Amino acid sequence: MKTLYKKPESLNDIVTHYCPGCGHGIVHRLIAEVIDELNIREKTIGVAPVGCAVLAYNYFNFDVTEAAHGRAPAVATGIKRALPDNFVFSYQGDGDLAAIGTGEIIHAANRSENISVVFVNNTVYGMTGGQMAPTTLVGQKTLTSPGGRSSCTAGNPVKVCELLAPLEGVKYLYRGAVSSPSKINTVKKAIKQSFEIQLAGGGFSLVEILAQCPTYWGMTPCESVKHIETELVKTFPLGEIKKWKKE
Amino acid sequence: MKNKELVCGNIAFSEAAIRGGCRYYYGYPITPQNEVTSYMSSRMDEVGGVFLQAESEIASINMVFGAALTGARAMTSSSSPGISLMQEGISYLAACELPAVIANVMRGGPGLGNIAPAQSDYFQAVKGGGHGDYRLIVYAPSTVQEVVDYTYKSFSVAEKYRMQVMILMDGLLGQMMEPVVFPEMVEFKGIKSDWSITGCKGRAPRLVRSLFLGRGVLEDHNKKLQEKYKKAEETELKYETYKTEDAEVLLTSFGICARFCRKAVDLLREKGVAAGLFRPVTLWPFPGDKLFKVAENVKKIVCVEMNAGQMVEDVRLSVSNPEKVSFFGRTGGGIPSVSKIVEFAK
Amino acid sequence: MEERIVISGFGGQGIIALGKFIALTAMNSDKHVTYLPSYGAEVRGGTANCQIIISDEEIASPCIEDMDILIAMNQPSFDRFCGNVVTGGLIVVNTSLAAAKPGAVNIPATEIAVSLGEKKIANVVALGALLAREEFLSVKDIKDALPVVLKGRCEKILRLNVQALNAGLRNSE
Repeated sequence: MKTLYKKPESLNDIVTHYCPGCGHGIVHRLIAEVIDELNIREKTIGVAPVGCAVLAYNYFNFDVTEAAHGRAPAVATGIKRALPDNFVFSYQGDGDLAAIGTGEIIHAANRSENISVVFVNNTVYGMTGGQMAPTTLVGQKTLTSPGGRSSCTAGNPVKVCELLAPLEGVKYLYRGAVSSPSKINTVKKAIKQSFEIQLAGGGFSLVEILAQCPTYWGMTPCESVKHIETELVKTFPLGEIKKWKKE
Repeated sequence: MKNKELVCGNIAFSEAAIRGGCRYYYGYPITPQNEVTSYMSSRMDEVGGVFLQAESEIASINMVFGAALTGARAMTSSSSPGISLMQEGISYLAACELPAVIANVMRGGPGLGNIAPAQSDYFQAVKGGGHGDYRLIVYAPSTVQEVVDYTYKSFSVAEKYRMQVMILMDGLLGQMMEPVVFPEMVEFKGIKSDWSITGCKGRAPRLVRSLFLGRGVLEDHNKKLQEKYKKAEETELKYETYKTEDAEVLLTSFGICARFCRKAVDLLREKGVAAGLFRPVTLWPFPGDKLFKVAENVKKIVCVEMNAGQMVEDVRLSVSNPEKVSFFGRTGGGIPSVSKIVEFAK
Repeated sequence: MEERIVISGFGGQGIIALGKFIALTAMNSDKHVTYLPSYGAEVRGGTANCQIIISDEEIASPCIEDMDILIAMNQPSFDRFCGNVVTGGLIVVNTSLAAAKPGAVNIPATEIAVSLGEKKIANVVALGALLAREEFLSVKDIKDALPVVLKGRCEKILRLNVQALNAGLRNSE
């Protein structure tokens, strides 16, 4: 019998804590598949964030640590500098990476640390109960922007890829979404590209993934998938933001 | 006498760390310990280590966290305001039981304060500047040679307990030069452990974390931490006494300030006052039991510090006669003069 | 024996360098020694000073309240520290930049240095003048230490330092 589908070895066989319809589980699986395909599980070290994905370490079947809120790029830097032959990636959400950890991500990127960053952007703080994120859309209602985000008082959504793109140290940037099978396949390719860049000693790369949060968007899973494709992409256009040029 | 080198405290702990096997230094410039970053940047190159000037002290301590995870000997250093920024990271290191060494060359505070020598971070170092139930082993050297000796041994002590060691100095000790003898270079190949994160080849995956959800899990973890702190408390205690055998006036002081007091003891004895000095070398663990015994028959205890009175609280807690304890100190970067100490104590 | 020395002057007059040199010579002569510089913003554009204690015994406090020797390379330094020199202590005054003082070792160190072709060497001229009055470290030890401190520098610099030291030894009042 031909196997069409199986659990990646890099993923543990346990039920996740994520809400129904959440995008994190898909992203976990993509990472695990890519690690399996590249055959690097035994030399992979993951750095988990603080936020909804704080328990990511439970789901991956390789060495993982957990950083303080926003500090994952600094922790990854410390690991990678000590173990340059290992594969090191950080997994971060929008609060972790684009609010409290802004300093760490910009400087790790600027130094072109040879690490990969998987950045999950769902425009809201899930773990703490649905507060505004730096990436929350203008007009989006959250616990701390009950009338909808106002750009006058809260600024506009932070576009991380566009922010990092001008830095010379940044070698590859891609923004994708996990809102449809075809988009999921494209994101997987981007993750693989990012990981391969690190394995080739290419330097810093980041893949931003727009992910659905039905719970704090107040939508059904189907509605939230549609919301990414109709609304999020207007603020966060999909595609390759910075192309990898082999040096 | 041949191998003596004349170095300042800042260079002393930098080189001692390297001799002690430290190959990862992450830091951010701050006065009065700027000699460290410049020295490490070239010295780490020579020994094949890593120096990185981080974007902040927050990043520095987290880079140390990353290096320590892999079983390497890593350190950072700063001065008071920078150490405040590191408290989050120190709490995580403590929770994750990662061995690390942190040097604080204290300056005047609070706030930006000034760059003059001070000892006003005693509370922060000894009582836990970050959140949670944790302890640091805190060494307070008082000579540049002691700076070398305690920094050198701090890495193995940190590994023995999987704790964080703080070398607590001040601007004076960081800047002053004295002849020192450096110990031999340690050939350190990395910790072989059952906890370090190195990639799971040939073994089950490992996890290092500080989040302990679930009923009682964190309490159990904390109990485990407390047990090892207790062990460290029993074995790592260090203190020094000077002319205490017949002392009627007992000075207590730590770090550089204890040297002023040592001079004051000599001058007091010249004036016919039977003075002595008790100097804790480890501020945590605090040598309270030893102090209790030394202080039992004295008439007067004077705690001298370069702050508004911090260690004096531990001195009062340790002795049977707290009403005999008085405090003399200067704050905001002021240095207590020997003559003023003598005047106060006689 | 314990000598407490304060050297003070403008930033750029080689105050710190001279202090380190004296401390190093003392160490090489098997003495106990502490050296303490002023540091930070204070030394930029303003006055720099350093404190050296040389002793046969272990040194308790590295801080100097009253000094045995003051080397004042300019007037503000003299004004600031002269009151802290012990009775019977010694003051070296760089009379190129400060008023001569009766009883002190008065030497136009900067002018002599300029005549040697290097203004920066005034510090070593002052040291020579001090040693001529009181040999708190032996002149031989000082001369032996010069090549050690200047290791890696060109021959000309070493020669200049020896000339400056000799000029100070000859010219002190």
